[in-house]
Amino acid sequence: MSSESIALAGVREPSRPLGLLIHSWITTVDHKRLGILYILYSLLFLVIGGIEATIMRIQLIVPHNHFVSPQFFNQMFTMHGTTMIFFVAMPILFGFGNYLIPLMIGARDMAFPRLNAFSFWMTAFGGLLLYFSFVGGNGLYGAGAAPDVGWFAYAPLTAKTFSLGHSTDFWTLSIFVSGFGSIGVGANFVATILCMRCPRMTLGRMPLLVWLYLITAVIVLIAVSPLTAAQAMLCLDRFVGSHFFDTQAGGSAVLWMHFFWIFGHPEVYILVIPAFGFMSEIVPVFSRKPIFGYPVMVAATVAIAFISMSVWAHHMFTVGMNSYGNTFFVLTTMIIAVPTGIKIFNWLGTIWGGKIIFKTPMLFCLAFLFQFLCAGLTGIMLGAAPFNWQLANSYFVVAHFHYVIVGGILFATFAAFYYWFPKMTGRMYNETLGKIHFWLFVLGFHLTFDFMHIPGLLGMPRRIYTYEPGRGWDTWNMIVTLGAIVQGIAILVFVANLLYSAFEGKLAGNDPWDAWTLEWSTSSPPPEYNFPVIPEVRSRRPLWDVKHPEDPDWLYE
Amino acid sequence: MACRTLETVGITSSLRARLKRGLLFLFSGLTLRCSAVFAQAASPVPNIFKPESTPADDIQRLSVFVLIITALIFIVVFSLLVYAITKYGRRRGDDGSEPPQVYGSNQVELAWTVVPVLIVLVLFLATARVIQSVQEAIPPASAVQVTAVGHQYWWEFRYPALGIVTANELHVPVSDRGRPTPTYIKLLSADTDHSFWVPQLAGKTDLIPNRINSMWIDPHATGMYVGQCAQYCGTQHAKMLLRIYVDTPEQFADWVAAEKQPAQASDDVAAGRHIFESTACVNCHAVTGTMADGRFGPDLTHLMSRATIAAGAATNTRENLKLWMRSPDAIKPGSLMPAMNLDDHDLELLTAYLESLK
Repeated sequence: MSSESIALAGVREPSRPLGLLIHSWITTVDHKRLGILYILYSLLFLVIGGIEATIMRIQLIVPHNHFVSPQFFNQMFTMHGTTMIFFVAMPILFGFGNYLIPLMIGARDMAFPRLNAFSFWMTAFGGLLLYFSFVGGNGLYGAGAAPDVGWFAYAPLTAKTFSLGHSTDFWTLSIFVSGFGSIGVGANFVATILCMRCPRMTLGRMPLLVWLYLITAVIVLIAVSPLTAAQAMLCLDRFVGSHFFDTQAGGSAVLWMHFFWIFGHPEVYILVIPAFGFMSEIVPVFSRKPIFGYPVMVAATVAIAFISMSVWAHHMFTVGMNSYGNTFFVLTTMIIAVPTGIKIFNWLGTIWGGKIIFKTPMLFCLAFLFQFLCAGLTGIMLGAAPFNWQLANSYFVVAHFHYVIVGGILFATFAAFYYWFPKMTGRMYNETLGKIHFWLFVLGFHLTFDFMHIPGLLGMPRRIYTYEPGRGWDTWNMIVTLGAIVQGIAILVFVANLLYSAFEGKLAGNDPWDAWTLEWSTSSPPPEYNFPVIPEVRSRRPLWDVKHPEDPDWLYE
Repeated sequence: MACRTLETVGITSSLRARLKRGLLFLFSGLTLRCSAVFAQAASPVPNIFKPESTPADDIQRLSVFVLIITALIFIVVFSLLVYAITKYGRRRGDDGSEPPQVYGSNQVELAWTVVPVLIVLVLFLATARVIQSVQEAIPPASAVQVTAVGHQYWWEFRYPALGIVTANELHVPVSDRGRPTPTYIKLLSADTDHSFWVPQLAGKTDLIPNRINSMWIDPHATGMYVGQCAQYCGTQHAKMLLRIYVDTPEQFADWVAAEKQPAQASDDVAAGRHIFESTACVNCHAVTGTMADGRFGPDLTHLMSRATIAAGAATNTRENLKLWMRSPDAIKPGSLMPAMNLDDHDLELLTAYLESLK
């Protein structure tokens, strides 16, 4: 199997005129190209969202700063949150899923290639709609260009009464539209994984990453639907005059919270489970051992998915639920720590007794382990409802969820970038630049998000454009801002590395990491049809079996 | 313009000086500050680990318990991680052979499932107990009842039993263990969501339109406690500050007696009062005993009894009052107080009237 694909490695597509090239990317239904489009699109928004974060941090570097107006600051945190969740984190993970799933299950494309293209362009259109609010948001009212209602847009701040102009319309429509894209992706992933696996790849022989994407896709189908429904209701409120969330006409503000968080908490797992997937592929390869406890890893993830549907109101401990409601959501929230703990221990078990190779992808994975541990522990603190009454909506929460999303998900995504970069481009990234990026980013991350916990404990609420001096918050905010600048520099190193290496990097060959899953058996980058001959597998690590015929995995599974 | 405004509001240090001081802290005193931060004595730092009221006490005890447990978990897992990384790195001159391929171990995996389950059980029970004790507390007959109404960027406080209406600065009596006088606060909202948070006295509870929430405090020590709105409520969410003055029983009785009085009517300020009552002021503000009964803005009957204006955004001085009426955006851009467009003469008279509202 691998010898056949090696023979095809030299085949490259002939170069085409630019117009045709662009046309071919716009009209493509190839899962690999759509995956790369998702990733590039997310990287663009990552930079934009990062600039928005930097503007906020400059404003907060000292108390009573006058760098931006309160209106602009409020737009910045709304756009930063919305952009990072809906137009960076989700599409970047969908992009990797798109690229990797067919390759890892030995398929030639997704189950529904046209739906795949449709989903991408819906997501892209959603992002454009959101940013078009800078142009069209004022409407006839001069009411402020971009949405300023916060990324969870609590009612009734989104009602016409409190949000004139069209900025909130752009916000809700962009989430509505990109929600359809996400649901399309979810359906496509499920269908592909269930129906397109190569011969003899049973569910129990799928790479863990594919398992985790299957679970993610199921959560997308369950969780994004209520969000999309809520956007439809908000549109009706704003355009037709219905009163779902219009408290001045008897609507319910709490209803919106339930709708949003029944999406919003599973959303955390939509983002983090693919990151678990990256970990579960990269850690074994760089420890030279199979993943520890594969069946338990799958079971733990399924458990997380189930429990994640029953924890949403831990975002609402301060809205005045009765004590029994609060107690229930404390229990479900804390239980989720058990399967999450199992995963961390199993990655540790994978490293244990291995021969760790400290290349850039592995460094990011190890940092993930440490940071995700911390994020989980602050999560337990937030899950204890009374502690949450103090911490909710403070900078402690902001630090906590950035620990999850940056320290966890983004670190794992960087690992994935470096790990699969040779496969996607056919060239190696620059290892030195990769390590500089890693250490700078670790430094910046910890400067920013470690110290951000402290003003929260000292009573600093989130989403304030300025603060009073003398409350013990000044120094911490200054350190946090300095850290943000270091992170910005690290991202520049990363982008420079990607751009440089994509054109000038050393040729990577098919299997630069001596890895074990099917994507490494085809050429780098893979041909449009992925595999000249559809492979057949006998274990979870088909390339291990090929490389070690004397001691194949299928003897033990 | 911006600089002038800053000085008027009472902020002295410039950006440059602050930067310099901050950097100095960063490089010289970082470690010192770290240890000092949770141990600062009576100060305006709203530190959640310096509770002065039963709900905040209960929360703090639970928090410390949770912190200890999580710290222990952290130490164990972190040590394992560091050990694995240092022990199992591929050595220089490695022969390139693969390490033993281990696929899992049911016993070990069972152990690291069961132990966390037990930890979770303990944490859950400890948490459930505090939820009950804080949320199910029954108000004694001696409790002071307050209704707090959140408005876009200010707090309205009503004492229905005492017939008092005030704003932004809540006065409550200190609560003695022998003779408890806790304060029960009913939380309402006039517009968007808000959240009532004074960290040293209690956790936060949201004020949500069309919904009645409640919370309680029983401060053990007199003094001023600061907090602010903790649920994003619009443009000036940042300057929706909150003060609670905890008085001795005598001080509180005096304060109640003074607040119950209607506004003083002095002929000296009749001209200012005329301006107040003949302009848009009365649409939003009330002064008891006069025809001004607006409810959109804070009650001004005893304006001068408060230390701050604009929900704590500025100190209550003559200069700031004038600035606030002339150009509210200079203090709190985006607040719903309109610029009154009065000439200097009228502004003087009006300020004199407001200053008579003791």
